[in-house]
Amino acid sequence: MNLDARSVALHLGLIAVLIVLGFVLPTYHQGNLARILVLATYAVGYNVLFGYTGLLSLGHAMFFAAGMYGCGMAMHLGGLTVIPAFVIGLICAAALSAVVALLALRTIGVAFMIVTLMFAQSVYLTALYLGEWTGGDEGFVIAQATRQIAGYALTEPLTRYFAALTLFAVALLITARMMQMSFGRVLIGVRENEERTRMLGYDVFRHKLGAVIISGTIAGAAGAGYAVLFGYVGATFASVQYSIFPLLWVLLGGMGTTIGPLIGVAFMFYLIDYASGVTNAYMLIAGAALVLLTLFARAGIVGEIRNRWVPWLP
Amino acid sequence: MEFGPHLMLAILEGAVGASVLALTALGLSLVFGVMRVVNVAHGEFFMLGAVVAWFVANSIAGHPAIGFLAALAIAPLIAGAVAMLVDRLILKNVAYDPEATIVGTIGVLYILQQSALMIYGPEARPVEPPFSHRIALPWVEWGENGLAFFYPWGLSITSYKLFVIVAAIAILLAFWLVMSRTRLGLIMRATQMDRETALAFGIPVQRVYSIVFGFGAALAALAAVLIVPIQQAHYLMGHDPLLLSFIVVIIGGLGSVRGTIVAALLIGMSDGIISVFLSPTLSKIIATLLVALVLVFRPQGLFGKKMA
Repeated sequence: MNLDARSVALHLGLIAVLIVLGFVLPTYHQGNLARILVLATYAVGYNVLFGYTGLLSLGHAMFFAAGMYGCGMAMHLGGLTVIPAFVIGLICAAALSAVVALLALRTIGVAFMIVTLMFAQSVYLTALYLGEWTGGDEGFVIAQATRQIAGYALTEPLTRYFAALTLFAVALLITARMMQMSFGRVLIGVRENEERTRMLGYDVFRHKLGAVIISGTIAGAAGAGYAVLFGYVGATFASVQYSIFPLLWVLLGGMGTTIGPLIGVAFMFYLIDYASGVTNAYMLIAGAALVLLTLFARAGIVGEIRNRWVPWLP
Repeated sequence: MEFGPHLMLAILEGAVGASVLALTALGLSLVFGVMRVVNVAHGEFFMLGAVVAWFVANSIAGHPAIGFLAALAIAPLIAGAVAMLVDRLILKNVAYDPEATIVGTIGVLYILQQSALMIYGPEARPVEPPFSHRIALPWVEWGENGLAFFYPWGLSITSYKLFVIVAAIAILLAFWLVMSRTRLGLIMRATQMDRETALAFGIPVQRVYSIVFGFGAALAALAAVLIVPIQQAHYLMGHDPLLLSFIVVIIGGLGSVRGTIVAALLIGMSDGIISVFLSPTLSKIIATLLVALVLVFRPQGLFGKKMA
């Protein structure tokens, strides 16, 4: 098998396993996995920018929140059904990421990280400030009856699981395909050596702009999906913590790998789930993981596997 | 209260905030200036200072001033020691790579914050001020009988708040003396200007880095000890000082001490004044957007010189 065929087989195999898991897992873990899949979609989006393009954003929660509020408020206040509301969420995230990209991409390195952090912080504060419509800190709940597509209730566990899986699978396949095309190759070129890529005649700015918009829109899709599937929209999802999470997930799973984001989310989700049963200071785990990853395993789980045993992993 | 006295009260409250902010931001600025790294855990060293101050003040019996003075000495030492440990164990091992340092210090942020939650608990607890007298402030106005001189209701400040302002100015002066008049300051400035040459002249750059990182954290802790009798010690209290320090350091120009202090006054005062008249959230939205735009369009800061 050549490289591309192998990676297609890997991704389709992964999706097949996830389909089977949907039927065999007990309800509790099935619910968890649905949540993991939506968050992994968020991580897949983050990975496009951080893992492949080499741009470290500390503000992705604003794109997640843009999708979430765009979709949630369209349903809650606008009375739209799921599909059009979801599209509105996507448009919100895409528009926000385009604006942020045009400004933030004028900076590089540490300045880029801080600019994205500040933009995300102002989005978070705006969500609090407009509490009359957004519900502020408390957020709002989307009515159960409206959360259905063509008669299929998204509140029903198995339907919800497959909706989450569809969202994740689409994001995974789109990014995997993108990285095989020349656009994705140029992004990796930008990550490895921006100057040389520019010298070779590629328009680096336009590729970075594309990366931010694709990354932000996928993150927004995850946010909109979260609102629809779990029925809650709140400012917590716009806070700094939700900008740090995707960084942690992608670092843990393996930056610049297609399946790393899912592995990272699943690992961290169960670790935090377990830790929160023991202590209320469960974020300690996240802190320790970040420090240990920085010190000892920059490549993450899938990255280490690729470095040691399976060099063809996409 | 009428507009005039209200504004004066807002300015006074703003000045208290600004002086504490200047100390905190100075620590961040020093670390960035000398080491070229961003310490995201800076706010947690602030929190550590406040929490240690609470422990110290509560374990010492007698007049609150004794506990406060002890806290003033002990909290910065502990925060500094923890920071030096972080420098040795983490920053040194990633060779002060800017991005790895940010990710690592985000980890340290959560470790410190969550450890405080485990040891200190989720409550907000006050530290008793060493002294606190209410000082009513006069106001003048043109009345029917010419210039009237009176004490409007509510226009007052406590003696402790005035002390905070004075103490902050004293610490800033001491900092300036250390940086400009001592050998340690000379070594720090030399390392900031040119790391390689400093190394060639036999300056132990690694040790300077440890000291600077500890020093920066100690400044944040010192600021926290000053503010904790007014605010309360809480494990999440590091968030706002971190954000505001970022804003100050960026607007003042990364690594510039003078710019940092001017920006701290500007941001601290306007934050205080806008918070009183409009809303604290709105003032923070304006400040964060301003910072993002300054970084995009004027990366050397509003007061900084353009770097080559």
